[in-house]
Amino acid sequence: MNEEFTYKMENISKTYARKTVLQVENLNIKKGEIFCLVGPSGAGKSTLLRLMNFIETTDTGHIRFLGKTYGPSQVPPLNLKREVTTVFQRSALMTTSVWNNVIYPLKIRGKKIDENEMKRIEKILDDLGLLKLKSRRADKLSGGEAQRVALARAIVFRPTVLLLDEPTANLDPANIHIIETIISKYVQEVDSSIVMITHNIFQARRMADRIALLHKGKVIEINSKNEFFENPHEDVTKDFLSGRIIF
Amino acid sequence: MSSNILAEGVLEALSLLISMDSYVLDIIAVSLQVSGTALVLAALIGIPLGAFLGLTNFPGKALVTALLYTGMGFPPVVIGLFVFILLSSSGPMGSFGWLFTPYGMIMAQSIISFPLVAGFTMTAVMGVDKNLIQQLKSLGATKAQATLATLKEARLGVLVSIIAGFGAIISEVGAVMLVGGNIEGATRVLTTAIVLETRKGNFGIAIAFGIILLTIAFIVNFTMLRLQNKELRGNE
Repeated sequence: MNEEFTYKMENISKTYARKTVLQVENLNIKKGEIFCLVGPSGAGKSTLLRLMNFIETTDTGHIRFLGKTYGPSQVPPLNLKREVTTVFQRSALMTTSVWNNVIYPLKIRGKKIDENEMKRIEKILDDLGLLKLKSRRADKLSGGEAQRVALARAIVFRPTVLLLDEPTANLDPANIHIIETIISKYVQEVDSSIVMITHNIFQARRMADRIALLHKGKVIEINSKNEFFENPHEDVTKDFLSGRIIF
Repeated sequence: MSSNILAEGVLEALSLLISMDSYVLDIIAVSLQVSGTALVLAALIGIPLGAFLGLTNFPGKALVTALLYTGMGFPPVVIGLFVFILLSSSGPMGSFGWLFTPYGMIMAQSIISFPLVAGFTMTAVMGVDKNLIQQLKSLGATKAQATLATLKEARLGVLVSIIAGFGAIISEVGAVMLVGGNIEGATRVLTTAIVLETRKGNFGIAIAFGIILLTIAFIVNFTMLRLQNKELRGNE
């Protein structure tokens, strides 16, 4: 378990209806880093996240996750699978109170919510500006509030890996700021790995330790943030950063 | 003339209820017992079946769904006939001795009700946001936990399925008449009592039973509607 990487992926691919949408030779995610995935629409970013969350399985290759290796059609046991979660672009909350949404991951893990735990959860809600809304029904919230609830629900059980699929798309700057702050704080506090898809290269610049560019299902370039922006190695990366690749 | 009969019926209903007439109370009790038990059984079978059909894909699902929809519109009297044959002394379940007993009526009404419960539940579950189901799995929910949460999300539709299931059996006459036999003190329910009293020319009593039946249906539906509205309003 004491490995430097939370994920080591080798030769993984995913094909839908005879079309290969993802083909990654080598991709590692380090412990304690924020790793941003950028790339045009249809590059395979969301597919990669679903494979990393084991919502789907690879067709080829293998994923080493928290010290164990999983090949095609293999998924980790429930306790390991529960060490990773995704916050999707659409918050997908249950039509119950904010509180019930946030404690759902704890309930399904059979965790008792005593006074200390309650205080801890309330602190998370407070950090995300949600404490006053905890009794409100989640389906009555604004988009920004709902997305903050989705983030609270994801970090409440302290997963080792947090996957974020465009978590701030269509949000206003105030909500983006709150969410980015909490994500940066979380990765330090829990020593987790965060993999974030973003279409916003400014956000990638603010948040990432390392960045990968995906294009047509392949990893074009992986680099540290500074290197990626200041000295991109690949022509495709240069084109992407200059806005010449949109789709 | 007809308004006289109606007024007479209303007065008779009030008088029968106020006097707590044991004949009437027995019929109400049998009706509620038979339809209530049938509804519980239909829900126990129909809700899980509807959830399963709503959440899974398998070869032949279209056929099963078509059969279910056919069952939703199946004439109760035909189901009564089918159950009668099953329970008759020469039938495969004849040894149970359920013909002309509340058990046989419960069986018939469960069969009438469960396709409605399953069909409406399936539709409600299919209407739940697919992203939510994916999200629940991502949060670590097992299949059973995700199914339960999905059913909770579909609770309004499930409630409607129960209302529809109840409505179909409390007002049903053909199947209970065939299978139950309308025996006083044993299998006579409100609908079969209405048929009997009308045939005897006791329009007042028949109307009284009709009013009681409508009142029961109204109370049940009103309660369900209140629950539904409470759900839709939510807090704030």
